[in-house]
Amino acid sequence: MNNFSYTKAKNTTEAISQIDGDIRNKIVAGGTNINDLLKYFITKADKLVDINSITENHSIERLDDGGIRLGALYTNADTAYDPIIEERYPLLSKAILAGASAQIRNMATNGGNLLQRTRCYYFYDVNTPCNKRDPGSGCSAITGYNRIHAILGQSDDCIAVFPSDMCVGLAALDATINISGQDGDRVLAFAEFHRLPGDTPNIDNNLKHGEVITSIDLPEKGFPKNYSYLKLRDRSSYSFALVSVATAFDLENNKIKEARIALGGVAHKPWRVPEAEEYLKDKEPNEENFSAAAKIILQGAKGYEHNSFKIELAKRAIIRNCFMALNPETQRPGAKPSL
Amino acid sequence: MNETHSIQLKVNGKDYHLNLLPWTSLLDTLREEIQLTGTKKGCDHGQCGACTVIVDGKRILSCLTLSVMKDGSEITTIEGIADGENLHPIQKAFIEHDAFQCGYCTPGQICSAVGMLKEGKAKTREDVQELMSGNLCRCGASKGIIEAIMEVKEGGHHE
Repeated sequence: MNNFSYTKAKNTTEAISQIDGDIRNKIVAGGTNINDLLKYFITKADKLVDINSITENHSIERLDDGGIRLGALYTNADTAYDPIIEERYPLLSKAILAGASAQIRNMATNGGNLLQRTRCYYFYDVNTPCNKRDPGSGCSAITGYNRIHAILGQSDDCIAVFPSDMCVGLAALDATINISGQDGDRVLAFAEFHRLPGDTPNIDNNLKHGEVITSIDLPEKGFPKNYSYLKLRDRSSYSFALVSVATAFDLENNKIKEARIALGGVAHKPWRVPEAEEYLKDKEPNEENFSAAAKIILQGAKGYEHNSFKIELAKRAIIRNCFMALNPETQRPGAKPSL
Repeated sequence: MNETHSIQLKVNGKDYHLNLLPWTSLLDTLREEIQLTGTKKGCDHGQCGACTVIVDGKRILSCLTLSVMKDGSEITTIEGIADGENLHPIQKAFIEHDAFQCGYCTPGQICSAVGMLKEGKAKTREDVQELMSGNLCRCGASKGIIEAIMEVKEGGHHE
């Protein structure tokens, strides 16, 4: 790590003023990603602002509109095991528990989960070109070893994927993100938070520097009856997704009233295709319809030398997880495929 | 910039007053400042679990933790798991089940297992495997490790 100074912020206003819009001043909460990036000299800091003392952001609370507010500093583990989340938003609970390890989930915060950076090997290898780490230097992954890389929404400048599992669940649930900054407070829809790489892959999301995520809101509807999170990866646990799927249904008289399908591990952000969800509306939950929806979701997908398999894998994962959502009890620890 | 911070840690029941630079990891603090070298540095990047310790009742990775951020915390390391000369049930079970070969991952495995049992979320063997997946064993002792944990979990004498 480079040498940096350290301050503690007692409240959000103090955190914003300690960051002071300076790109070299960084916020630290759980520290599981930034401390690693600092060790590799991928992130460099003049000052770390520790926001863990902002007590009001550690809680979970019920909202007047029937939704739930997750504090940005509430940990991933506390969120996944919170009785309200387990009962009303079990899809989010499963998605969180599919990510990282128990130790990391005990440390990592909800706000930080949204801000984790890609696990592209070339982003981490400071000796290779990477447009995300060093804008304009080129992308080593496009012609390199790209097994874990994007098949949707990528650009000629970057094919990195966003690694979070929790965010795939939050995307499917239509969460919103509450943000405070020097210019006041604002709310972003989940789909508007992360961005596609385009020609500025160095910018992961639409949070401006100096802004602070204070909480994440879940709408009242949590799909507690028919839901499933499936994660396919090279190890059976503790590795990032090749493809993951969050699926939720609202069923009535053997018809799909509402469907949500979000993919992880395939793009620079959690991937949702409203046309596919619309297609499933008022249809029977069967293989033919699931397969047609999968086809819509993967429209325009493009693979590279080592990851073309992901296109078919994603389609099959979508279909399998639709069936798992019909019978949520078939889900297994670590979001492995049903037996 | 090179300003040290005065912090206090309670490690295995003993108070330590330390002056630390902000980028010092809890792992380096335990090993280099407090001379408790039972906690191991494996990858130093949160990928192996060898540095697992229990902070304020929760198992965490000391390599990804800055000590300045844990001022006032209570920490249990592998040196504090046993009750004096009496080994913790998990430690005894590790010996009985040959749950190690080289032993380098063992302190992290034991702290993680103790933390996991305290969390109380593992119901089945598959749960235990999943919730212990943050601790890697390169020797191939994972089977013995899971056996050892299952024995203590089923016996219910881990509190």
